[in-house]
Amino acid sequence: MAGLTLYDKLWRSHLVLERDDGSALIYIDRHIVHEVTSPQAFEGLRLAGRKPWRVGSIVATPDHNVPTTSLERASGVEGIADPISKIQVKTLDENCDELGILEFKINDRRQGIVHVVGPETGACLPGMTIVCGDSHTSTNGALGALAFGIGTSEVEHVMATQCLVAKKMKNMLVQVDGELGAGVTPKDVVLAIIGEIGTAGGTGYAIEFGGEVFRSMSMEGRLTVCNMAIEAGARAGMVAVDEITLEYVKNKPFAPGAHWDLAVAEWRELHSDADATFDRVVRLDGGKIQPQVTWGTSPEMVLPVLGAVPNPDAESDPVKKTSIQRALEYMGLQAGQAITEIPVDKVFIGSCTNSRIEDIRSAAEIVKGRHKAASVALAMVVPGSGEVKAQAEAEGLDKIFREAGFEWREPGCSMCLAMNADRLEPGERCASTSNRNFEGRQGYGGRTHLVSPAMAAGAAIAGHFVDVRQFSATH
Amino acid sequence: MKSFTKITGLVAPMDRANVDTDLIIPKQFLKSIARTGFGANAFDELRYLDKGEPGKDNSSRPLNADFPLNHPRYQGATILLTRENFGCGSSREHAPWALDEFGFRCIIAPSFADIFFNNCFKNALLPVVLPAEVVSLLFNDMYACEGYQLTVDLQEQCVIRPDGQSYPFEVDAFRKHCLLHGLDDIGLTLQDAEHIKAYEAKRRVSAPWLFDTAY
Ligand code: SF4
Repeated sequence: MAGLTLYDKLWRSHLVLERDDGSALIYIDRHIVHEVTSPQAFEGLRLAGRKPWRVGSIVATPDHNVPTTSLERASGVEGIADPISKIQVKTLDENCDELGILEFKINDRRQGIVHVVGPETGACLPGMTIVCGDSHTSTNGALGALAFGIGTSEVEHVMATQCLVAKKMKNMLVQVDGELGAGVTPKDVVLAIIGEIGTAGGTGYAIEFGGEVFRSMSMEGRLTVCNMAIEAGARAGMVAVDEITLEYVKNKPFAPGAHWDLAVAEWRELHSDADATFDRVVRLDGGKIQPQVTWGTSPEMVLPVLGAVPNPDAESDPVKKTSIQRALEYMGLQAGQAITEIPVDKVFIGSCTNSRIEDIRSAAEIVKGRHKAASVALAMVVPGSGEVKAQAEAEGLDKIFREAGFEWREPGCSMCLAMNADRLEPGERCASTSNRNFEGRQGYGGRTHLVSPAMAAGAAIAGHFVDVRQFSATH
Repeated sequence: MKSFTKITGLVAPMDRANVDTDLIIPKQFLKSIARTGFGANAFDELRYLDKGEPGKDNSSRPLNADFPLNHPRYQGATILLTRENFGCGSSREHAPWALDEFGFRCIIAPSFADIFFNNCFKNALLPVVLPAEVVSLLFNDMYACEGYQLTVDLQEQCVIRPDGQSYPFEVDAFRKHCLLHGLDDIGLTLQDAEHIKAYEAKRRVSAPWLFDTAY
């Protein structure tokens, strides 16, 4: 028998039942909940007279709708200025309190973006099946877990039954060997992958990220990469467990205590067997990856920083051609324009992709001793969680940003999707470390360019995109 | 749940690839804690010329005359015809809720994003995958003929053109069964509660840390 992939193993160990029609029931170990996609699920449970199957499997925190200014945050939920957002956050609190669900409330130090909080607290662990009503749940796959986003009906389903009706996905291996150049970050790697396979390239697959680049990548870098698996169309992305994983998980507040050795023995099996077969294999040369910048309105519209905006006339496929035209128009760009000539109005460093301590350190390194360009109206740093914020402050990073003219905010999703007050105005252009550059994503009419934290920091200083590799060298 | 068996209805275009769920229902409407009320703001940024906000009176907003779903000929459409990778991006089930409330019962595309595809079935909104060439052909038909209708038959798993030509599509046996009979997923799964308990009991022994409630 052929060997098993990591995904095969995770699937097997969570299979409750296989039905004749090919569907299966899989057991869910961890359910993460936030305020936006859960209210209708809680309501559904209540209407049907059902209770959560296993309350202890659920961890909640508000993130999408919470304000990020310290002024608004000072008085907790009551301080949320937007009345509709306030109701939503309050509803989460009430639902969790009523059912006895562990929730990191708005001003708990452990509050933050769901996908930052899960790994950081140890609520999400290797070998688990992890779901959340949020597509970027794929982030947690970096731990060697099967993690994916679900809709609100499924949130209700998992609460009521601890299971999901699922169909096995296909296996894809994205293998990146070689060594990354200086100034090239995990964000650049994943953007380059999406540029290669496209935003629908991973549809129907679970992606395993393998090869030298990921083996030597930090856990936080792996979280960044798996975060954007969904932008490649894959519901789940994952990395095999190794010493880096175990080192990361150890001593996390909710990591197994008494059962540590037993857990590690199981986790050490969480890698694809040498003779495992994948339905699709994609290989990239890590040494060739350059810092990336998206120029369009889909994450696959991405280029190396030294590239130039494409010309729609060079595209023969009519659907693609119109996509390029529409994107250029929306983004206010000219065909052939050099990426480094594009000026930015705002800079956002944050989101579940790039708001962990390593991201903040890497941006701070570029910013240190410099000042944001006068033409940049706002540069903001939004840590992914209260823990990240506290750690950054302990290292004095907040000061570096403040001295450089950046705003240092309270944790939350913030301008990644602009549900709170942090947003772009129509026509404004943003260098953003988030994961989606869709039309209107960061605010009605706003224009988003996705980049790494270092590249965002560089753009804030220069006032336009720069190749951070040269940027660092000149100072 | 509502059921879906067979419909014949007016077809409307959403002629672009990679339509994401932010475009289907913009984030400011996700603040609602209700399951309804999203239809009025489906495709808000394309439908109106100004920025929509929850609670705003849509009847006084300027309509985008270039947006096909605003054209008289597509009013009352129940089938949405679109391009590759429809429903990509955020997992928000508000997207199918909005489309359903807008009046669509079926979406035809060459491909869908996984989470959206799944969410559709939970709301009796049938996503149908047809080959890209067939979708292009249907687009041409539809543009050429005002009042263009298609029939979508879930039992027979086919889309039928007015001239009788039929195109088969695939659908999961389990999903088909649930949709045809309007079955509640949760109720079905709970019929297997004994299996779930047995699985749990085994895991408690082999992986006890998963059940620690240290917090
Ligand atoms: S940071 Fe952005 S992508 Fe991540 S969970 Fe929040 S809104 Fe979603």
